[in-house]
Amino acid sequence: MNFNPDIAAIRLGYGLSARVPPPQTADAFLRSVALSVPDDHAVSMDHVRAEQTMLSDLNSLRKKDPEAASVKEIRQQQRQMRIQSAEAVRHRFARAAGDPGGFGERLVQFWADHFTVSGGSPYHDLMAAAFVDEAIRPHLQGSFAQLMFAAETHPRMVTYLDQDRSFGPHSWLARRRKGRDLGLNENLAREMIELHSLGADAAYSQKDVRQLAKLLTGLSFHLRRDGNFRPVMAEPGAETVLGQQYGGDRPASLDDIRAVIKDLAAHPATSRHLARKLAVHFVADDPPQSLVDRLDATYRETGGNLPSLYAALLDGPELWRHFRQKVRQPFDFLVAALRALGLDQQRVLDLPMRQVNARLIRPLTNMGQDWAMPRGPDGWPEAAESWATPQGIALRIDWAMRQPRVLVPKLPDPRDFLQAALGETASEALKWAVPRAESAREGLMIVLASADFNRR
Amino acid sequence: MLSRRLFLKSTGLIGCSAAAHPILSSIAFASAPGENRLVVIILRGAMDGLDVFQPYGDPRLRKLRKTLSAGPENGALDLDGFFALHPRLEPLMPLWQAGELAFVPAVSTPYRDKRSHFDGQDMLEAGTGTDIDLRNQRDGWLNRLLQQMPGLRSETAYSVGVSDMRILDGPAPAKSWAPEAEFDLGPQAQRLLERVYHDDPLFRVAGGQAMEIAAEGIGRTVADAGPSRDVRALAKFAADRLNDQTRIATFSISGWDSHARQPQVLGRALDRLADAVLTLKQGLGANWSQTTVLAMTEFGRTVAENGSGGTDHGTGGAMLIAGGAVRGGRVVGRWPGLAEGDLYAGRDLMPMRDIRAYAAWALRDLFGLSRDALEQAVFPGLDMQDNPRILA
Repeated sequence: MNFNPDIAAIRLGYGLSARVPPPQTADAFLRSVALSVPDDHAVSMDHVRAEQTMLSDLNSLRKKDPEAASVKEIRQQQRQMRIQSAEAVRHRFARAAGDPGGFGERLVQFWADHFTVSGGSPYHDLMAAAFVDEAIRPHLQGSFAQLMFAAETHPRMVTYLDQDRSFGPHSWLARRRKGRDLGLNENLAREMIELHSLGADAAYSQKDVRQLAKLLTGLSFHLRRDGNFRPVMAEPGAETVLGQQYGGDRPASLDDIRAVIKDLAAHPATSRHLARKLAVHFVADDPPQSLVDRLDATYRETGGNLPSLYAALLDGPELWRHFRQKVRQPFDFLVAALRALGLDQQRVLDLPMRQVNARLIRPLTNMGQDWAMPRGPDGWPEAAESWATPQGIALRIDWAMRQPRVLVPKLPDPRDFLQAALGETASEALKWAVPRAESAREGLMIVLASADFNRR
Repeated sequence: MLSRRLFLKSTGLIGCSAAAHPILSSIAFASAPGENRLVVIILRGAMDGLDVFQPYGDPRLRKLRKTLSAGPENGALDLDGFFALHPRLEPLMPLWQAGELAFVPAVSTPYRDKRSHFDGQDMLEAGTGTDIDLRNQRDGWLNRLLQQMPGLRSETAYSVGVSDMRILDGPAPAKSWAPEAEFDLGPQAQRLLERVYHDDPLFRVAGGQAMEIAAEGIGRTVADAGPSRDVRALAKFAADRLNDQTRIATFSISGWDSHARQPQVLGRALDRLADAVLTLKQGLGANWSQTTVLAMTEFGRTVAENGSGGTDHGTGGAMLIAGGAVRGGRVVGRWPGLAEGDLYAGRDLMPMRDIRAYAAWALRDLFGLSRDALEQAVFPGLDMQDNPRILA
């Protein structure tokens, strides 16, 4: 089927923008993913470490001597970190709002959700932002194995899934500190298999999880220690995961972890799991088998080459045939609204932080997608029924009634807005209803609250 | 008003609005089925039952757990000389003393061995056995209960909060709402939206309910500030609904996954659970005496403490039972013991009974369902065995 730039931007991106037209060919659309590499505003772990070290130094100074550091200085530093993490959220909104096709930014969202980490405190929020800029964005166009290695070994993943608290029971440290009873923590190992690679349906056992947990020991993070591998925490000896033996003949190192990730990535179950997950996210909650099979074959033939998978999504008829079978998640809804209202990257960056909180971050929380705080490491739900709930729709109606008039100086004519938001894809019912609204405000609300706009 | 009516007439909208208007239709409902009330709270993340109800009378507990679950000497409240209640549930002690709080120490769903939160929760909410593929399982056991209830109306059951409650998903009508959702629409905007949603079944139903509930203004639940404000708001909203036509309410409390720093993680979650139960009791007033609260989690955690002051995913776990209708102040069901041979797979608490059996007996005693309906339709394939008599 022919490439349709509007439908591609709605299905694979964040919808149409009143300012920037989407790329006009399939090639240009796929090439635009390259825009989503880290930019000048990227958050780095070096920076996060420096900020948190400063906070932690101030706290310990004050513990020793209340005169040495004031409560005010500590609060100031905490506030500084909170502002930085809110700026990172604003930047995510801005990049998504300004990207012509939006595919790269949606892929950032997809992979960051596949490898879910959470925020929580200002420190963890900043780490989660660094995770996206350091583990996800640089690896959007490589192989899945590279992306997976970057994600699993990033400090935020290591801390989120408790890998920094997992000690080889016979490691040097555990033997030295016998009284402290240091031992394994299986959390990262389990999610690596169950969520990040093979999937829960695959053939693996508790023993594989346990062995992988042993193999992962040593991978760690400490605020004041460089590097992410501490040999003193590593379990000596070889481990066998899914029938393959790793390590044993030399001191434990990150190389064993790289090797097991490469094998997990190459596993046929991983190919099937990712094929289905991509199809579910981008095409339909119950995706056509033809598409899943094509993605699966592409993954296996290319050794998990990600750009080939992206191209395979656009290849067949499914993307166009299953239009509007997905419901936009709250973040997608808000970004799509910003785009339709004509806010580009710069105009979102210019929004004062107070507005970003009131118009974007708080509404996200209310709509059930608290920023960087998914329910668990399986990320956000995909099913339309999870989002198109009475309360979910109510909150979108509420947002659509209140926020557009605060975000733009003058509300557009609802008929123009309908065209900007949905192009030629609007349904007859919506085209009929919008001009009949009592006010521009209600006209915009009807567009933003409609099923047409909330589906993709 | 006149001009709006004329406008509506001219656009042909009047025909589809009045008759199908959800607010009008909801007034004509028959009486609710009975006065008994059920609240199901899903504790997402796997609650460590051994730390919540600490079997300190078993000397093996101290060997398995160096820092956690130390019993009364660490502030836990003795319940019966063998079990002690986690100190953060102290606000619920008056309920225990009044016979309004009980617990089952070792239960689980039929889910085994993979210990995935998500599959575990799916099975808990689906209420099915291992013979059914969870991915094809669309309805939850509370919905199948509704399908068996005479005199059902959509208000009979509510899921509360923005989180997904699969336990109530399915063909029987039920409602869902979050206390945060509020908006004000003029009648014209509402009719236009109804028209726009008309051809999309999902949006037609969910959007219709949104407008109906917002118009009634029942979401304006105010709870005092504080760390558990969101949970108290859910419980307050549920209590308000239950005082009206609703008889079944469900919501979830997450934050139980205590792989590390368990005292802090579990402490916070228990504060929220205690606040939820007490808010229900307070909000329900006299109706509390006809209320049963079941707080269930997807599975328990390892009997041994791990290397980071926490516990990992296990099998057998605890269920908390509260309410004026329950026979409380006691331990329900058997205790497996903590000796190596007593454990499941050498690491987890052995579940002594299927958690669905307790739910099934509660449903029978609360709503009068037959054993056949429960074992075949609500919990297909379940053998309920003898009545644990959790209701007074």
